[in-house]
Amino acid sequence: MEAYLVLKVVWWLLLGVLLIGLAVMVGMDMGVGTILRYVGRTDAERRVALNIIGPHWDGNQVWFVLGGGAIFAAWPLVYATAFSGFYVVMLLLLWSMIVRPLGFEYRSKLASARWRNAWDWALFVSGFVPMLVFGAAIGNILRGVPFQFSWNMTSTYAGSFLALFNPFAILCGLLSVAMAVYMGAAILMNGAEEPIQSRARSLGVWAGVAALVLFTLGGIWVSSADAYQLLRAPDPALPQTPLQQTVERVAGAWLGNFRSHSLLWLVPASAYVGSALGAWALFKRRSLLGWWLGALAWIGIIGTVGAAMFPFMLPSSTVPSHSLTVWNASSSQRTLAWMLGFTLVFMPLVVWYTSWAFWVMRGKVTVQRVEADEHAY
Amino acid sequence: MVNDTVVDLSRLQFAATALYHFLFVPLTLGLSFLLAAMETVYVVTGRDIYRQMTRFWGKLFLINFALGVATGLTMEFQFGTNWSYYSSFVGDTFGTPLAIEGLMAFFMESTFVGLMVFGWERLSKAQHLIVTYFVALGSNLSALWILIANAFMQDPRGAYFNPLTMRMELESFLAMLFSPDAQSKFVHTSIAGYVTAAMFVCGVSAFYMLRGRHMELARRSFRIAALFGVFSTAGVITLGDALGFVGGHEQPTKLAAMEGLWRTEKAPMALNVIAFPSHEQRRNLWALQIPAALSLLVTHSLDGTVPGADVLTQRAAERIRGGIPAVEALKRLSANPGDAQALAQFQAHEKDLGYGLLVARYAPDQDVSKVGSAEIDKAAADALPPVWPVFWSFRIMVGLGLLMLAYFVLAVIYTLFDRVERRRTFLRLAVFAIPLPWIACEMGWLVAEIGRQPWTVYEVLPTWLSVSTHSVAYMAFSLSGFLLLYTVFILIELYLMVRAVRQGPDEPDHPPRHAAAVASLRAA
Repeated sequence: MEAYLVLKVVWWLLLGVLLIGLAVMVGMDMGVGTILRYVGRTDAERRVALNIIGPHWDGNQVWFVLGGGAIFAAWPLVYATAFSGFYVVMLLLLWSMIVRPLGFEYRSKLASARWRNAWDWALFVSGFVPMLVFGAAIGNILRGVPFQFSWNMTSTYAGSFLALFNPFAILCGLLSVAMAVYMGAAILMNGAEEPIQSRARSLGVWAGVAALVLFTLGGIWVSSADAYQLLRAPDPALPQTPLQQTVERVAGAWLGNFRSHSLLWLVPASAYVGSALGAWALFKRRSLLGWWLGALAWIGIIGTVGAAMFPFMLPSSTVPSHSLTVWNASSSQRTLAWMLGFTLVFMPLVVWYTSWAFWVMRGKVTVQRVEADEHAY
Repeated sequence: MVNDTVVDLSRLQFAATALYHFLFVPLTLGLSFLLAAMETVYVVTGRDIYRQMTRFWGKLFLINFALGVATGLTMEFQFGTNWSYYSSFVGDTFGTPLAIEGLMAFFMESTFVGLMVFGWERLSKAQHLIVTYFVALGSNLSALWILIANAFMQDPRGAYFNPLTMRMELESFLAMLFSPDAQSKFVHTSIAGYVTAAMFVCGVSAFYMLRGRHMELARRSFRIAALFGVFSTAGVITLGDALGFVGGHEQPTKLAAMEGLWRTEKAPMALNVIAFPSHEQRRNLWALQIPAALSLLVTHSLDGTVPGADVLTQRAAERIRGGIPAVEALKRLSANPGDAQALAQFQAHEKDLGYGLLVARYAPDQDVSKVGSAEIDKAAADALPPVWPVFWSFRIMVGLGLLMLAYFVLAVIYTLFDRVERRRTFLRLAVFAIPLPWIACEMGWLVAEIGRQPWTVYEVLPTWLSVSTHSVAYMAFSLSGFLLLYTVFILIELYLMVRAVRQGPDEPDHPPRHAAAVASLRAA
């Protein structure tokens, strides 16, 4: 049964890959939506900004869909408990996100300035709100979520909608928005000419600095806040439900993994290196380097949350012993193995053809080119 | 605590959002292949008219595609938000095809659609054609995985219930993948999409021919679509029959509802062509029958019988009695996973677990040990889905399928051997027929999913137990939000679609209409 243990850990690492893919690729497009009205002052400039990510936003969005599907399949209890628990917030996320494809596709279909202005606002909302919610959700998960299970694993949620917007969660939400703006600014600098480039640059540099500050503040909070610790649990290699463990709430326990494995400090360090050097790179107009450093910062941020919480996935603040962990929330060995097989075959293919798509569409997008192409956004 | 209103609202929301999503999916499935076909002709012959066709239908394709993508997001997360018990119960099995769909199909479709739109000037002709084929392949593979997941709900193969984790777990991935229901359902549904696209292209082309506009493009598009349509409609009917054959054996309750069968009769059984089923009286108030036809259609033989509601309700009651000890044992196992006696009791009654859960709805405090024969009868009566909607949506779907087949056969004859543009009445029919494939698709969904009731996973997990523990207020809030947004969306979509059709393709001797619009925006 040791193989099962390995599979659980491998899938937990893959969850990290998925969340980082989602944050980097979807976050970048949402960042563009968030700053669209600022970097583009005229209709033509906004169209340039939209057409820079135009060929890619749909493919990027699949990271979000795949994230949902993979969590469903690999951690059914996490999918069921988190998404029903965060109900109203999930609705906000979905409602703002489903406007986005229409914003891209329909905005430039009519020449009316009012029509286009309305869609520009829609694109702002569908960029800003999901990133805020994404970060705030992670913040709430770090604090613990008020749910519990009955004997047959029916989950009930005891929290209110407004409690999800506590100061720490908002801080995490703003960190995620700052990173999105940073990545969006980097891709716009890379694909646009003046004056879009300079506007994106000033926003990008500040967003990088803001991310650094917010990440530090979050770290200070986490180091002393109430956290969760596994006291007693069945053998991690065995199939189990969350009803058979004992969990205790301890202040500062999220630092436990770092204390016992000091190499883990490299993870938050890479968030610092990424955002600090990234802000400098954008300042120096090295947009591509800045984009990759931003991706490194995302790896550091999401990796830090993972490293702090392991093996917890969704701690319960109502009944801590019902907390979901990598050991008790993973799918069966056979499911994890089959999905790993598919991932090993198809993930490299996805990376390969996505890179090819970016390579085909490389180069600057200009006002002339957008206006000459009747299929452009 | 189970609240019936929450269950009803959850079902209503799922039905509304799924039916809505399914307004956009069939056209994507079919039109992507039609685009690939037109572009192939362009690449092979080099004739510019086929490039114009590809780009014009491509424009309409994208207006539709955007809403398909947007409403698909809702579906991916709705299991978790509204059906959380269902999700944790079957995520191990049902979730797997959904995850693979994202990885293998949706990534392909979405990445290549960007290149299809933006890559005309940057790719060689052959490269662009390959890109278009990948869009078609991706969207159809997407349908394949979604329907494998759906087939699992209809006929859960390759899975077992694990009492140690309190959920269904994968026993054989290949059994789930090659479930007969999944195979026939995939082909039936994706071909239904081809029929939809064919009717759409025929209808719009007929509109142009009636107006004498874009004749070159309209005639060619009509011909390609008519050929595509005749093969697709024939295919959809054949596979529909296969699906009925498979489904009839796997889900006798759905079949009984589809055919309005209240009593089991001796072979050969008569087919109710038209009937007015009454659920209260458990009989048909009136029926038009063809002798022996039911046995022939369903069992493909004259001496096959098909069980009616009477026999099925009786069987359900027996299985409920068998399922009660399974639920009781499970409860003991939850408290103590090492309880060997409880495990033995569970294993003895495992196959009826779903029926034990079905009756728990009527059990005092949901404690099945307190169930009496009145509750068992009530739950057994539930085992039959609502007959009236299943019976009639099935007939509307089949009727429309046959009508469209007749139309496409004539269309092929007229377009190949005659001048179809002179048959104005025939062309007008095509314009009015545009909504028909959509109605047929939606009816098909209703037959499949209402017919599966009272289960979300057939004979394993009852619908009433599958929902999240939300308040009625939450469910009303989310439902009204979706209704509001989706109404606005469909109005915008229809407006843009009609507008794009009215504008028509940009022909070489006319400058693109949007040039003037761009100029006016610049001036502003």
